[in-house]
Amino acid sequence: MAENKLQKYMNDGLGWIDARFPLTANIKAHLTEYYAPKNFNFWYFFGSLALLVLVMQILTGIFLTMNYKPDAELAFASVEYIMRDVSWGWLIRYMHSTGASMFFVVVYLHMFRGVIYGSYRNPRELIWLFGVGIFLCLMGEAFFGYLLPWGQMSFWGAQVIINLFSSIPFVGPDISLWLRGDYMVSDATLNRFFAFHVIALPLVLLGLVVAHLIALHEVGSNNPDGVEIKKHKDPVTHIPLDGIPFHPYYTVKDLVGVSVFLIVFSAIIFFLPEMGGYFLEANNFIPADPLKTPPHIAPVWYFTPYYSILRAVPPILNSQFPGVAAMGLSVVAFAFLPWIDRSPVKSIRYRGTLYKKWLAAFVVSFLILGYLGTEPSNIWGQFGAGIPLVGGADRATIVARIFTAVYFAFFALMPWYTKIDKTKPVPERVTE
Amino acid sequence: MKKQILWLVAFAFSLLITNAVANEGVKLDKAPIDAGNEASLQRGAKMFVNYCLNCHSAAYMRYNRLADIGLTEAQIKSNLLFASEKVGDTMTVAMQKKEAKQWFGATPPDLTVEARARGADWLYSYLRGFYRDDTRPTGWNNVVYDKVAMPHVLWQLQGQQILKLDEKTESHTLVLDKPGSMSPAEYDEAVADLVNYLVFMAEPAKAKRMQLGLIVLLFLGLMFVVTYYLKKEYWKDIH
Repeated sequence: MAENKLQKYMNDGLGWIDARFPLTANIKAHLTEYYAPKNFNFWYFFGSLALLVLVMQILTGIFLTMNYKPDAELAFASVEYIMRDVSWGWLIRYMHSTGASMFFVVVYLHMFRGVIYGSYRNPRELIWLFGVGIFLCLMGEAFFGYLLPWGQMSFWGAQVIINLFSSIPFVGPDISLWLRGDYMVSDATLNRFFAFHVIALPLVLLGLVVAHLIALHEVGSNNPDGVEIKKHKDPVTHIPLDGIPFHPYYTVKDLVGVSVFLIVFSAIIFFLPEMGGYFLEANNFIPADPLKTPPHIAPVWYFTPYYSILRAVPPILNSQFPGVAAMGLSVVAFAFLPWIDRSPVKSIRYRGTLYKKWLAAFVVSFLILGYLGTEPSNIWGQFGAGIPLVGGADRATIVARIFTAVYFAFFALMPWYTKIDKTKPVPERVTE
Repeated sequence: MKKQILWLVAFAFSLLITNAVANEGVKLDKAPIDAGNEASLQRGAKMFVNYCLNCHSAAYMRYNRLADIGLTEAQIKSNLLFASEKVGDTMTVAMQKKEAKQWFGATPPDLTVEARARGADWLYSYLRGFYRDDTRPTGWNNVVYDKVAMPHVLWQLQGQQILKLDEKTESHTLVLDKPGSMSPAEYDEAVADLVNYLVFMAEPAKAKRMQLGLIVLLFLGLMFVVTYYLKKEYWKDIH
């Protein structure tokens, strides 16, 4: 009796809300009656994990701003104040610094999933483009945020990257000056980077994430077989035969993924917060000093493939611009995938060996360029002076050039090799 | 296909290995430090306050944080505070940065997080790497940090080392020319205590962090088991 009454009150309350705001309708559209393919595998954990990290970055970021001072005189000290005197400040800071790197880990894996299963293909081009936008935004967030601790790497990293804009013909130097707000990275730069990092880009990022999800729920998720589950619906209920409600099936499944992710994440936070210098660089524990250039300036690991490409491209007519343009193109290239992939199939499961070879070459190039970007370019010494073409050149630079060529060939030749590749027949329905 | 991937992975690894060999700089000695040894940390703290904290500040470190290495407030006050400092103050120095630059040619850096910037092994090797060099304004040079502006503050303890050239191998070795008040073994131990303290000071929350980490991982392990079986239960009617 009492139970029925409670039920009635709850229904009345929900009805009151639903008459004014489509709460039930939204829960149905996005969770309980959003039908996702039942054959998601390991690679499908990273979308929800990226959302988790985003929320974590925003929450820890809010608490960090309560004690951080965006002032060139105080910034470094305020970070140490957070690490020592603020209750649990060290945990919040490590969550944020580790979260930055882990954001890129899950986003790179999420992007790779999209590539291998052809999730960017028709009708999901806009989901992909919103995703590329999110990726660019994330890179901006990471770059602006990295200046804030005001250590040596913060300062000189920002100095190097902003100087890249100087190489743009005619307007470059003015653009750099405009970005910095000063003739070198200074208090003015720190203040505006703080503004970009804590409000401007997060707003854009959140908007793009919402657009990414709305577009996804409009067309429905792709799956490891790359077949459309909406083609085969139950004639009575109109529910896709291979679809299952996102909630509860994928919410409970993602919880398992969240548990594993948090185990890895916590192991880093509590036992390896610097991650051997890859997440927090040793040089960044020295306060920024405009008069002392560190002998080796390297970006954080998630930028190093592009940084390698920048260094690999030789200057033309004494201008660094070709390298800068190549670096920009290497990031933006992902946006073209929906239109340069001309294979009749979406998923790697039904593609031929030619595509697989190109993809493997791309992954290897990405990793090797990423590694080389963390090291000075003389790391492997020089070729002997007598060798034709490469005599006297840094070995690492030549290797980086070769893999830069492979990196771009993956995109540039894609229309060709995806078209002539021997594909396998695609099943009508999902296979598992 | 699989063979090709294996070959590429092997290639990538071989690059990493050649790099590890090529990357050798000055050889650093491994610092024999133990973060759990409170007596060593306390000896190191005393040494830091007596020898370093005249020129170098530790401006983000509060004296009362030394409670973390087992010192009581009374002990800190009577043993480590000299002038008008209060126990809640940070470890600052009276020396002006400008003057220090005139005297030494470089401002002595703040040492609060130096151990995180340099690493324990670097500090341990550096503090044992001073040798006499009459070409330097201070009369001292260092094998780890060539032409360093800092004189050998601990020379009375260590004595005076000189750099000897081995004609056969053309390599340099440090030789103790005039002994100090400590034997070489005692000096190494004292430096290890100091480095142990510097590492503690660079991140006082470290011990708590690791302790808490175990509890968090245990909880998450349990959460994984629960969520795993929850998922299995829900999914048994799919397929």
